Amino acid sequence: MNSIRYNLKQAFLQVVRNRAMSLASVFSIMAMLLILGVSFVTVVNIGVAMEKAKEGYDTVLIHLEDDTAEWQVENIIDTLRSMQEVQEATFLPKDDALEQWKTEWGNYGYLLDSLPKNPLPDGVVVKLSDLVGADKVVRRATNFNGVLEVKYYRDTVEKLMKVTNFIQMAALVIMGFLIIISVVVVSNTIKLTVFARAEEINIMKYIGATNWFIRGPFLVEGVIIGLISASLSVGVISLVYYKVIELVQSDITNMFKFRLVPMEFMSYNLIWIFIALGVSIGACGSIISMRRFLDT
Amino acid sequence: MIRFTNVTKHYKTNIGLDNVSIEIERGDFVFLVGASGAGKSTLIKLILKEIDADSGSIMVNGTEVTTLSNRLVPKLRRSIGIVFQDFRLLPRMTVFENVAFAMEIVHARPRAIRRQVPQVLSLVGISDKAYKYPDELSAGEQQRVAIARAIVNNPTFLMADEPTGNLDPETAWEIMRLLEQINIRGTTILMVTHAKDIVDRMGKRVIAIDNGKIIRDNIGTYAIGDSYEA
Repeated sequence: MNSIRYNLKQAFLQVVRNRAMSLASVFSIMAMLLILGVSFVTVVNIGVAMEKAKEGYDTVLIHLEDDTAEWQVENIIDTLRSMQEVQEATFLPKDDALEQWKTEWGNYGYLLDSLPKNPLPDGVVVKLSDLVGADKVVRRATNFNGVLEVKYYRDTVEKLMKVTNFIQMAALVIMGFLIIISVVVVSNTIKLTVFARAEEINIMKYIGATNWFIRGPFLVEGVIIGLISASLSVGVISLVYYKVIELVQSDITNMFKFRLVPMEFMSYNLIWIFIALGVSIGACGSIISMRRFLDT
Repeated sequence: MIRFTNVTKHYKTNIGLDNVSIEIERGDFVFLVGASGAGKSTLIKLILKEIDADSGSIMVNGTEVTTLSNRLVPKLRRSIGIVFQDFRLLPRMTVFENVAFAMEIVHARPRAIRRQVPQVLSLVGISDKAYKYPDELSAGEQQRVAIARAIVNNPTFLMADEPTGNLDPETAWEIMRLLEQINIRGTTILMVTHAKDIVDRMGKRVIAIDNGKIIRDNIGTYAIGDSYEA
C-alpha cells in the first residue's frame, strides 16, 4: 500500500518536475497514435464502404422462361435454398419487377407506363450468404430447366474483392510499420529522459535502493505519460473526425450511397486501442530504456 | 563490525589491494589515508560490493560480502550510511525528500518518516532548509543533508569518502564535529581523507595505505614526514 502511494507520488512529481521531457514523450507518443488513428479511421471507413458496395453484388438474378410451370419454379427455389451459399431465394413476379423498376426510376417512372406490355420475365432473386460461393450458385442455376438467363456481375465482384483484400493487407502492413517505428522513437525519447537521470539512478543504488524500487516510479511515469497521450490523441482524432463528418457526410452519401462510420463508434473503439498502446509503449519504453542502468 | 582477511584485488594494469587484513570494531572512528591510487577507493568499493575481490574474506555487520548475491546488495548498502565528497544528493528532490528517500527504500511508514526526518535535520543543523533544493544550498549545507540521509536509518556503520574534500576549512571542521557527535552516539565511522590537519587534530585511529598494502595502523597523526599527502 505504502509503495503504491510512493510510486504514484514520485511518478507524478517526476512528470511535473520534468515537464520538458514529459512533454517531449507525450508528443512523440501522440504523433504515433494520431498517425495510427488516422489509418484506423480510414481503414474502417473503407471497409464499411466496401461492404456496402458488395451488398449490391450479393444477389444473383435468375430470369425464367415464360412457360415455366409453377412446380418447376418451386423446385428451383427449394433447391437453391438448400445450398449453403444461399441466404435466401425468392420468386419475383414480372409485375413486381416492373414496379421495382419504376421505383428506381423515381420521377421518370411514369415513362414505363407507356410500354405496351411488360417486357420483363418472371424471376428468382437469390441472395448469397457469401460472395465466394457465387460461382457455384450461378453454375447450379444455369442447369435448371426453364431458366432463361442468369444475371451476375462476376468480374465486378471479383475486382471488388481483390481491391478490398489489397487495401486491408496494405493497411495492416502500414500500421505494423508505424507501430515499430513509433516504438523505436518513443523508447529513444524515454531513453533520453532516463539518461538525464542516470546519475540519480546511480545515487539511489548507492543508498541501497533495489532495482524495482528505482524502476517503480519510472514505470508509473511511463504509464501516466501513455495515458495522457492516449486521452489527448482520442480527443484530437474525435474532434477532427467530427468536423470531417460534418463537412463531407452529405456529399459522400450522395455520391457513394454510404454513411461514414459515426464518431461515437470510432471514439469508443479508439479509446481502448489507444490506452492499451499508449500505456504499453510508455511502460515498455521505461523498462527497456532503464535496463542498462540497472545491470548490477 | 568490519573485517578484511587477506583481501586481494588486482586490476588489469595496477594493484588495488594486496593481501590486506583490517579489523574495525564497533564504535571505532577510523581514518583511512593514503595517496591517490593507493587503494582507498578499492577498499570502499569492496565494502559496498561495487566490485568483487579476487580472494580473501570481507565481513560487514556479520555478513560475508564476497559471496553475497547481487540480489542482497541493496540490503547490505542500506545497513551502511554513506557520505561522498560530492554529496550525491538527488537534485530533483527537496532536502526533506532526499532524507526521506533513504527511509522510503527501507519501507518506513509515512508517520515514521514525518517524525524522524525533522529530527535528523535538526541534529545536523539544517531544519530551516527542509524545503529547499540541493542547488539552493551551500556546499557545507549539502554535506549536512548527505550526512542526515546517511544516518536517518540509524546505521551502525557510517562510511565517509573525503567528506570535507569540497569544503572550506571552517565548514570542514563543522562537518567533523558533526561526525564526531554521531560517533559518540555509537555509530562506527570509517572516513577516507586527504586532510592532514583534520587527521592530526582528531587524534583517532589512522590506517595508512600505499600501493595496495597497509603500511601503518595506529592512533595518531596523518603520516610521519607527510609522505602520503596527495
